[in-house]
Amino acid sequence: MVATSQDHKYYPWLPFVTLLRKEILRFWRVSTQTLLTPIVTASLYLFVFGATLGERLNVLEGFSYAQFVIPGLIIMGVINNTFANTSSSLFMSRYLGGIVDLLVTPVSPPQFIMAYTLAAMLRGLAVGTVVWLISTLFAVLPWESPLLAILMAVLASFLFAQFGLIAAIYAHNFDTLSMYSNFLILPLVYLGGVFYPISILPDPWGTLSYLNPLFYLIDGFRHAIIGVGDTSYLLAFGVSSAIAASLFAWAAWLIGKGYRLRA
Amino acid sequence: MNGLVRLKLWLYIRAMNALVIENLHKSFAGIPAVKGIDFTINQGEIFGLLGPNGAGKSTTINMIAGVVRPGSGRISAFGYDNQRDYRHTRRMLGVVHQEIVIDNFFTVDQALQLHAGYYGVKDDPAWRQLLIERLGLQNHLDKVMLKLSGGLKRRFMIAKALIHRPQLLILDEPTAGVDVELRHGLWEFAREINRQGTTILLTTHYLEEAEEMCDRIAIMNHGELIALEETQKLIRRLSNRRLSLWLEQPLLEVPVGLERFLPRLKEDGSLLQLNLPAGEGAGHILVQLAESGLKIRDIETEQSGLEEVFIHLTGMKGVDGGNQSRP
Repeated sequence: MVATSQDHKYYPWLPFVTLLRKEILRFWRVSTQTLLTPIVTASLYLFVFGATLGERLNVLEGFSYAQFVIPGLIIMGVINNTFANTSSSLFMSRYLGGIVDLLVTPVSPPQFIMAYTLAAMLRGLAVGTVVWLISTLFAVLPWESPLLAILMAVLASFLFAQFGLIAAIYAHNFDTLSMYSNFLILPLVYLGGVFYPISILPDPWGTLSYLNPLFYLIDGFRHAIIGVGDTSYLLAFGVSSAIAASLFAWAAWLIGKGYRLRA
Repeated sequence: MNGLVRLKLWLYIRAMNALVIENLHKSFAGIPAVKGIDFTINQGEIFGLLGPNGAGKSTTINMIAGVVRPGSGRISAFGYDNQRDYRHTRRMLGVVHQEIVIDNFFTVDQALQLHAGYYGVKDDPAWRQLLIERLGLQNHLDKVMLKLSGGLKRRFMIAKALIHRPQLLILDEPTAGVDVELRHGLWEFAREINRQGTTILLTTHYLEEAEEMCDRIAIMNHGELIALEETQKLIRRLSNRRLSLWLEQPLLEVPVGLERFLPRLKEDGSLLQLNLPAGEGAGHILVQLAESGLKIRDIETEQSGLEEVFIHLTGMKGVDGGNQSRP
């Protein structure tokens, strides 16, 4: 039995690739909970708004309600699932102590952030894609600027992966963690124009909605798909990118410092 | 000698040491846990870090492993700074944590493969297989950690710590809550790894095992290093010996002049026991007793062990709840 590491080559990218693989396997192992459940939930929304109620609703001239609401439901799936992935994965490993297994390894802070982020983005975008595929049963979307739509979905998933990391670091227990999704993300998503265009709201609610950061993600994504939006692409992408960059900087600072990770 | 040569020599000497700790401090919320300790671990040795609960051992171990950031001071492993060159030092270290880490997503075999990857080392199936066999994990490869017994969890953690072939293995209380047979097996395995060249740093509450295993021992108390010496030297220097004298004629009372040796009469007066302070020989006592006409039939001396040294140094009253002793 020989126990020296000198004869073994070090692959600097391997820690990152391994952590990314582990994060993907983690949600794949529990795919009923991480992929199937959100898809079923989204399908119910699609059924309610696409096939039943939707026929009686008309919020935007020239589009069926299903066409209006589907982009919002897709982006909602992306947002909820990226957030859920980074936040629960990192929080669980902090809570159960498994994080020390990672802290003693040469995984660097940038590798740490990127592995958690990319795995979460993959889950969020996978859920979004499946929701879109199911939605084709209810309505055909015009897909005005597919590249912009994809870009916005990627941006949304990146943003919420960072937010999930931040929430997992600050959360003290599972209750605090669920508060982020129930009392912050859920209301902001619902009030951010998933189910109605904010232009139909009377003031001050219409104006106040412009302060909702999620409005820009939802509106920008829908705008790219149906070609009509409450705000310009420039503003939608500008605000979303700025928020994503700020959250990334915050998460990078916390993880670089080892805040609440290393004593 | 010019400066460059001296620098090279200094770097070379440093690289010879598996671990160098210099003036290491750490406080938690203003309360000092480690108060400026220094020690060096030589390559190839088994080094024991002992101390009562709360002495600062785990904090020190965690700073070495990179889980806790040092307050001040320096830690270098094999010549590399563990903060600046952490990618390098962490690859050379394998850590078995005191707390059992549970991960229920992966089986034993998968977790071992993933763990090698975190260290930037490609999975080596032959090495993995060897660890699995030597640690008796072969029948449990497809189980997740939750399904393993306590002893198996420990063995799995040791396999995980060795999967990237570290040069310094850190064992923080590896035998806590482990049955006698497994403890022996684990120590035997540690010795084998050590014989192959891996340096070992261990903490344990089982002082008898530390005495048997460690080439050198450091004792911490209240965040300070209060002893650091070769194990046998430390014991000889600091522990008392018991001198048992079997007498030809039983005595009714202890002879005068022996009070400072805490004399006791046993076996109906035919056994006289004395405590010899560290460093004191028995010769002059025997002469003194012979001159007073006492006839001695037989003599035994018994060296007390690390446990007594530990109690003496840490000022613990007896053995605190069995915590510092054998179970």
